Amino acid sequence: MNEATQYNLKLERLGYHQFRTMERHPTNYLCKGVSTGTTILAVKFNGGVIIGSDSRASVGGSYVSSKVINKLIQIHDKIFCCIAGSLADAQAVTKMAKFQLSFHSIQMDSPPLVKAAASVLKELCYSNREDLEAGFITAGWDKKRGPQVYTVSMGGMLLSQPFTIGGSGSTYIYGYVDAKYKPDMSREECLQFATNALALAIGRDNVSGGVAHLVVITEGGVEHVVVPGEKLPKFHDE
Amino acid sequence: KMLNCSTQYEMPNAGFSFDNSRRNAVLEEGLSEKGYSAPKARKTGTTIAGIIFKDGVILGADTRATDDMVVADKNCMKIHYIAPNIYCCGAGVAADAEITTQMMSSNIELHSLSTGRPPLVVTVTRQLKQMLFRYQGHIGCSVIVGGVDVNGPQLYSVFPHGSYDKLPFLTMGSGAAAAISVFEDRYKANMELEEAKQLVRDAIAAGIFCDLGSGSNVDLCVITEKGAEYLRAYDEPAKKGQRGGKYTYKPGTTPVLAKTVTPLTLDIVEESVQAMDTQ
Repeated sequence: MNEATQYNLKLERLGYHQFRTMERHPTNYLCKGVSTGTTILAVKFNGGVIIGSDSRASVGGSYVSSKVINKLIQIHDKIFCCIAGSLADAQAVTKMAKFQLSFHSIQMDSPPLVKAAASVLKELCYSNREDLEAGFITAGWDKKRGPQVYTVSMGGMLLSQPFTIGGSGSTYIYGYVDAKYKPDMSREECLQFATNALALAIGRDNVSGGVAHLVVITEGGVEHVVVPGEKLPKFHDE
Repeated sequence: KMLNCSTQYEMPNAGFSFDNSRRNAVLEEGLSEKGYSAPKARKTGTTIAGIIFKDGVILGADTRATDDMVVADKNCMKIHYIAPNIYCCGAGVAADAEITTQMMSSNIELHSLSTGRPPLVVTVTRQLKQMLFRYQGHIGCSVIVGGVDVNGPQLYSVFPHGSYDKLPFLTMGSGAAAAISVFEDRYKANMELEEAKQLVRDAIAAGIFCDLGSGSNVDLCVITEKGAEYLRAYDEPAKKGQRGGKYTYKPGTTPVLAKTVTPLTLDIVEESVQAMDTQ
């Protein structure tokens, strides 16, 4: 039984209820097994979305089990999701979602809507909310509504937003993204915005690190951009 | 008509029973106040490692199994056979690692007979992670799966909660931090066989010397396209030294000054013979 469960048991006996329903993003990086303890974000720009994450997976908050883990999972051709929280739970859920979406798109004989993808993840998270410890950000492009960003929190809440950040590193960049985001940015501006945000979060959060993975999704297709650690923008890093 | 019992026998439900988890948690708390602790499952407290080199995969492991702070087995085998081209190192709870890898081996044999093709490393990884995820981390075994199949040499790690990772070099177990530092320093892509074997040996040796839960010998398993070569006791870095001298005294060192003999006469009170079946 890990520390978190013991603590929860103690609280329950004392009469406190678990406050998980109000938690929007998994910000506690101590969870079962390997944690992605991360910084993830997705931003809409003029003509597409950019979805990005760091690449560190940690165990117990003090050991980096992987420096190059991929947190941007392609669940359909033009729909990606990034994962936060327990790596085991996130991998299991995204595999399930990928299967369900591909089945759905065959039934519909057309690529799925981004909202459908987000809904599938939400359904999985909500029905198993007692057992799962993973949150997601879904972003992509579809013909009906164009570029979209959705966030599915740990308890299973689904929200659509112009941009969203998540993971333990996101707490350090709320101010930055709130101040610097502009609607209808160009692709280059948006890429710079996302890279800066990731660099700032990686700089301050111990369980975020490695390289910055970015995926640009537009009507034309999908493009991966990887920014290695030393090429990330520096902010007074003497 | 047979007499009915007042309590019917209930067949236990399949799978793990977690009925006593809460009680155990409360007991553990109570015990620690008095200074006792609950008995711990025997862990392999291990250093296991794997790398991909030019021609394939090399897996390495130490050979110590610990029971809390006592060495239960000085020469156990932590590299398990899964298929002729796939081997698996297991760390964590010894029984869990042993049984899980045996189950995987059986499943893979059946699967490969069913498909009519040699097994793939990804198949082993997927079955392992699905099973470990199903048991939500209660099966405490961390595993490094390595092998060479039609897709080339591959190395995967699977954690007890069911997450997996594909990397060119991996270490796990209590000595992982010591071993990974050796890899981080000296790993290069496409190493030659001897250089790679030496690197894995050094990484495991780092775990043996710097981690209390690892010790004894280094086992290696080299897997290439041609097949697997299990090098049991490839190196014995922690071999016991030769004693320089003896502390026993020669008979006659102590002089005998006097000697008295007192015979004890014993009467037989009762005599009984019990025949033993020695078939």
